[in-house]
Amino acid sequence: MFETLTLSALPPEDEAIRPALRALIDEAIAELPVSRRARSWQGFDASFSRKLGQAGYLGLSLPKEYGGMGRGPFTRFVVVEELLSAGAPVAGHWIADRQSGPLILHYGTEEQRRFYLPRISKGEALFCIGMSEPGSGSDLASVRTRAEQQADGSWLLNGQKIWTTNAMHGDYMIALVRTSGTSADRQQGLSQLIVDLKAPGVIIRPIVDLTGDAHFAEVFFEDVRLAPDALIGSEGQGWKQVTAELAFERSGPERIYSSVVLIDAWVRHLEAVGRKDSATLRLVGSLMAQQAVLREMSLAVTARLVAGESPVVEASLMKDLGTSFEQAVPQLIGDDLAANPDEPVDPELYRTLLYVTYAAPSFSLRGGTREILRGIIARGLGLR
Amino acid sequence: MDMSELIDPFARLIEDICTPAAIREIEQGGDTAAMWKAFLESGFLDALVAEESGGAGLSLSDAASLIALLGRHAVPLPVGDTMVARALLAAAGVEAPEGPIAIATGAGAAPFAAVATHILSGAPDAPVVTPANVEPTGVPHDGGAYVSGLDGKALRPIAAALRALLISGAAERVMEMTVAYANERVQFGKPIGKQQAVQQQLSVLAEQAVAARIAAAIGARAGLRPKLVDAAIAKHGTSLAAGQIAAIAHAVHGAIGISEEYDLQLLTRRLHGWRLADGSEGYWAGVLGELRMAEPAKPTADFIRGA
Ligand SMILES: Cc1cc2nc3c(=O)[nH]c(=O)nc-3n(C[C@H](O)[C@H](O)[C@H](O)COP(=O)(O)OP(=O)(O)OC[C@H]3O[C@@H](n4cnc5c(N)ncnc54)[C@H](O)[C@@H]3O)c2cc1C
Repeated sequence: MFETLTLSALPPEDEAIRPALRALIDEAIAELPVSRRARSWQGFDASFSRKLGQAGYLGLSLPKEYGGMGRGPFTRFVVVEELLSAGAPVAGHWIADRQSGPLILHYGTEEQRRFYLPRISKGEALFCIGMSEPGSGSDLASVRTRAEQQADGSWLLNGQKIWTTNAMHGDYMIALVRTSGTSADRQQGLSQLIVDLKAPGVIIRPIVDLTGDAHFAEVFFEDVRLAPDALIGSEGQGWKQVTAELAFERSGPERIYSSVVLIDAWVRHLEAVGRKDSATLRLVGSLMAQQAVLREMSLAVTARLVAGESPVVEASLMKDLGTSFEQAVPQLIGDDLAANPDEPVDPELYRTLLYVTYAAPSFSLRGGTREILRGIIARGLGLR
Repeated sequence: MDMSELIDPFARLIEDICTPAAIREIEQGGDTAAMWKAFLESGFLDALVAEESGGAGLSLSDAASLIALLGRHAVPLPVGDTMVARALLAAAGVEAPEGPIAIATGAGAAPFAAVATHILSGAPDAPVVTPANVEPTGVPHDGGAYVSGLDGKALRPIAAALRALLISGAAERVMEMTVAYANERVQFGKPIGKQQAVQQQLSVLAEQAVAARIAAAIGARAGLRPKLVDAAIAKHGTSLAAGQIAAIAHAVHGAIGISEEYDLQLLTRRLHGWRLADGSEGYWAGVLGELRMAEPAKPTADFIRGA
């Protein structure tokens, strides 16, 4: 079982992009304190995203004829690893680069590809994902937001999305909506539509979270009119498309590095205070060992994407293991620091620790919860 | 080389001679000679020996799936240990004895030492082979034993990589057995595998089994003289997985799993023994922590990439 996941080396031409990319990142983060860098995923900086696009680090797996770089998931792996390791603000381009671009490439019409993909690759079209609704979280097939096709072929959209990361900064949303039947029809009758967030009738309200940040939002649609070509793929095929999209969302190195800025800050702290007893060294080493295995697993899943597969079960397996690790990190480092109450801790490290501690529950929620992923793995094991 | 040309015959050989009954017989103190003779004559013991010294010249990564098969089938003799020992001895120009060789790297119990005729100690480039003079652990069914008076500390990284491969093979088999059992065993009118609580446990078992296989592959990638970092990652990851996998497998199996006559215990006892051999997850975490703190300014992502 799962034999297709094996050690996979990054091609040398992908490794080779690290130095130039790192120089660009270093310039962008030079002024950012560690507690800002720890936000990486949530850090929004449109100008940095455009800079990355201009320098050729976005749209890596999109073909050149659509303005992409014609490389592939391995190149993207390197870019994501460098960005997250440094704690660069990636939220601007994150979703378009990871999910929306590949989705439009696979299922979009020729006109949609020509229109959206070059702009995604330049960091100029920012996307968000409209899957969740107040009544549809884990039970995604129950979405109620509805688009009715009109006589002239246009769509009339009504309903509400929630937890939409970056809706307030984005240009477009790819929304999963019901286009035929009722919620009782479950996976049938769902479609994906591209919604221009500037369209009349789209109302966006940011939601503040417990860290004090507002990175996601509620989005309301009141009689929003969309052109006939807003549909991606075929009417009624939304479920199949969303499932494939989630394999992209769940597989990357983003599922293992959410706490790495904290780890690095803590290692520098241990060095500064000169604490090297055996319990400390074991904790350091155990985090390194787990991070290393997770990285190889993530790379192994990426290799399946490179091979053109849709490794849904493998990606779920890796994401659950990866996010469990990311969540354990602030618990363990918090205990370590507070178990030495007479050791001074830099306030910036303390801010970073608490930010990651508060953010950690989201690691296993965003992109599908632990319980749902384990259900997918169980199906892969032949249990359901 | 197409490894399936080697793996399939090796798997058949093991299935023929290491039946659960034969394993139990040896674990109860039975004669090992016939089983060993079959391995010796198969030629596989020299798989890692260089071609110019008469072996098959496989790298440790090439041979990884062969060694994992030994774990998968709970082979009760030190076949993997002997493969490594013969390769190191041949490279050093020392003639290897014909009998089973166990590797001993510390003062704790060395796996297979009670059923070995010889013990390997020394260092990878200066291996020492001596007749086995050991003290059994006294644990029922255990092939491990204490070895005294020898220093094999320098062999610990290669032994850790070897043990990691054995664990990964056993872990995979335990996963398969447990999933199959969950699909068969009916309680409350349906297979227990249809219960969500059981499914969630099995998903964790699968995650750990895959993590163990990847960790073991990291240990094997640098050959018979693994980098300390790779050996540490491999043994830490597989040891961590071994404990969790054994616990979940037994929980899902219920009482039948702990009975002597059911095969699960042949594997879970080994998972525990190999976890404790050649340094546990805590030992290797300490080694890795020291290496990490030697480069505190380096980003973690660079450290684990070996950059
Ligand atoms: C930081 C963050 C960013 C997000 N960004 C986006 C975004 O950009 N776009 C978007 O569409 N969504 C987004 N989400 C939403 C996310 O996808 C949902 O939170 C997630 O799918 C879970 O839905 P829920 O929160 O409604 O929880 P619920 O579905 O209500 O689940 C609550 C609990 O019940 C458990 N549960 C539910 N059903 C079952 C079952 N059948 N078996 C066992 N347990 C079950 C769940 O696992 C969970 O523990 C984001 C969430 C977070 C935290």
